[in-house]
Amino acid sequence: MQMNLLQAVNNALDLAMASQSKMICFGEDVGHFGGVFRATSGLQEKYGRERCFNTPLCEQGIIGFANGLAAQGSVAVAEIQFGDYIFPAFDQIVNESAKFRYRSGNEFNVGGLTIRTPYGGGIAGGLYHSQSPEAYFTHTPGLKVVVPRNPYQAKGLLLAAIRDPNPVLFLEPKRIYRASVGEVPEGDYELPLGKAELVREGSDVTLLAWGAQMEAIEKAAELAQAEGISCEIIDLRSLQPWDADTVCDSVIKTGRLVVNHEAPRTSGFGAEIVATVQERCFLHLESPITRVTGLDTPFPLVHEAEYMPDHLKTFEAIKQAVRF
Amino acid sequence: MTEAGYTTAARTSEFAFVAQESLAIPMFSVLAQDGTACCGADLSVVEQTVALRIYQAMLFTRVLDERMVAAQRQGRISFYLTSTGEEAASVASAAALSDQDMLMAQYREQGALALRGFSSEQFMNQLFSNELDLGKGRQMPVHYGCKALHYMTVSSPLATQIPQAVGYAYGQKLAAGEHVTLCYFGEGAASEGDFHAALNFAAVLRAPVIFFCRNNGYAISTPAEEQYAGDGIAARGVGYGLQTIRVDGNDALAVYLATQKARAYAIEHCAPVLIEAMSYRLGAHSTSDDPSGYRSKDEEQKWREYDPLVRLRAWLYRQQWWSEAEDKALDESLRAEMLAAMKVAEKIPKPKLRELVTDVYDTPSVELRRQQEDLEQHLKRYPEHYPRTAGRA
Ligand SMILES: Cc1ncc(C[n+]2csc(CCOP(=O)(O)OP(=O)(O)O)c2C)c(N)n1
Repeated sequence: MQMNLLQAVNNALDLAMASQSKMICFGEDVGHFGGVFRATSGLQEKYGRERCFNTPLCEQGIIGFANGLAAQGSVAVAEIQFGDYIFPAFDQIVNESAKFRYRSGNEFNVGGLTIRTPYGGGIAGGLYHSQSPEAYFTHTPGLKVVVPRNPYQAKGLLLAAIRDPNPVLFLEPKRIYRASVGEVPEGDYELPLGKAELVREGSDVTLLAWGAQMEAIEKAAELAQAEGISCEIIDLRSLQPWDADTVCDSVIKTGRLVVNHEAPRTSGFGAEIVATVQERCFLHLESPITRVTGLDTPFPLVHEAEYMPDHLKTFEAIKQAVRF
Repeated sequence: MTEAGYTTAARTSEFAFVAQESLAIPMFSVLAQDGTACCGADLSVVEQTVALRIYQAMLFTRVLDERMVAAQRQGRISFYLTSTGEEAASVASAAALSDQDMLMAQYREQGALALRGFSSEQFMNQLFSNELDLGKGRQMPVHYGCKALHYMTVSSPLATQIPQAVGYAYGQKLAAGEHVTLCYFGEGAASEGDFHAALNFAAVLRAPVIFFCRNNGYAISTPAEEQYAGDGIAARGVGYGLQTIRVDGNDALAVYLATQKARAYAIEHCAPVLIEAMSYRLGAHSTSDDPSGYRSKDEEQKWREYDPLVRLRAWLYRQQWWSEAEDKALDESLRAEMLAAMKVAEKIPKPKLRELVTDVYDTPSVELRRQQEDLEQHLKRYPEHYPRTAGRA
């Protein structure tokens, strides 16, 4: 079936609610309206107000409530309306969701919790509707962080996230919510968390990204191909835990790595990848690993195109890596 | 160790919960929709100049909103958010303050800024993110701010301005300048933790702050009855130990008089006040939203009968302080003024590329400078791909 990314998310939620009577989904405007992006459309009509509802406007409340609900044994799928507004819930996520199991000696856990939130720029949203907050959360042991790149991935990964026995932060690339359309199986399926996907094989340089930035590196690979450069493309999919084996195997083969992410450069998740690959693949590297990222500024409004780590910046990084 | 009320609370063996009914807060109202005084109100205390100033700013706001929604539909600006149907709340409250009092807004209070004298040109510069925008084109349309007019720049994360207002007001108290801070927010934002922190801090630390809740019935699609249980936001003010009043938010004079009293109280007692203004968000949440997905046209229609502009205008006519001819002339001149300002603002260039990295810190770090240089090199290579900044460092 052809679906866009939003429909794939909606479909995954629908299937999960149908298969697990304990699953409950909630958040600001999530009930009858179906969320401001309509990811939860139709769920209240189908499963009732007790299982799909509007919460008061309070992110710390939403996640605190979700933690309690998950600790009780329910499957809690909470929506934070924009990734930018996850920070009021930071304490509940970082100190509570992530540490419930560890601090109680596994007496209690909130494994049933999934937090969905749209993230990223490219929508003329300025400072507070464009952030990519993944790095704050990958720095938190106990939490899984997952980012899909297209509808097929979104459905399979979200179903896996909901059923994973750990709290998962599921970041949805809102820039391609409607633009990314593809074939999605109607039935139930899961894609593994913690596994990267080799999207395309190549021999000269490995390109790595996740979520909406996959588009940028795929376009850059095409520009590079026209110049006779062969790119291997990896979608990391899962940032915590992340699949260093797949990445390092590829770098050992190509000898070069370009990492692309939208978040600012300093302390971005790219830094973690570069450090690990450098440790494990040092003798195989033919050129320095490079990062193509957002700038170390808040996300701007008018200079959004300039700020974005787009395909052209990635293309330049590829050429530099190959001609080093 | 203090006993926290143990020794002062009256004792009873009569069991009773204290519930909402024992705290049903009435709504302060002075003007009927036909422009006559209501509820036994004496309106002789309202001065003509003040009343006209309020009305004209309300009309300015209504025209601006209409014009900019149309501009958004034509694709000239990316986003807009109207205050249609609740102009009285922000305009009349601001009119009761000194122009040097601080205003901290949520985002739907353009009326207060208009009253302070933000010009149509200034509105347009922000809305079109051009290089004259005081915010340097960094935030989405409607995130106004102006130091000269004592109007704190709007931030999108809801409710963050509420505890900040308490801190600001506390600083004003120490400066002994006889000024207050008035902080606007919606009934939705009042669910955030920041709201509760703010009320408690203000009460305990005794800050001269006026919390002004615009209760317009909706937070995007969520109606007030799914936002809170009980008697609205006003009851919370009482719970936190604040002087509190609920006012008819569509009655400009009631809002004005209530805020005047609140200001006097805040200054005299160095203590916070909470005002809950009851109103209705007649328009969509923003231009990105379609209210037909969550409420009926009938419901909206019913609320048109409480239009605050109509009410105040009717009173002004009765006072013979304003006439239909003057009204028509002002409406027309505002429309012409907006259109002209829009045409000018549209043509003013976008902020320069170098403003991408300024103001992150007081001066850009070495790393930021380096990132900027790399970016400039890149843009030179592909000028056609970045038309806004091509050739304009
Ligand atoms: C912390 C935070 N969460 C969510 C949002 C998204 N959001 C923007 S406006 C809004 C509704 C606010 O409603 P209310 O405070 O009642 O004000 P109104 O729009 O009715 O004037 C929401 C949920 C946000 N801006 N900030």
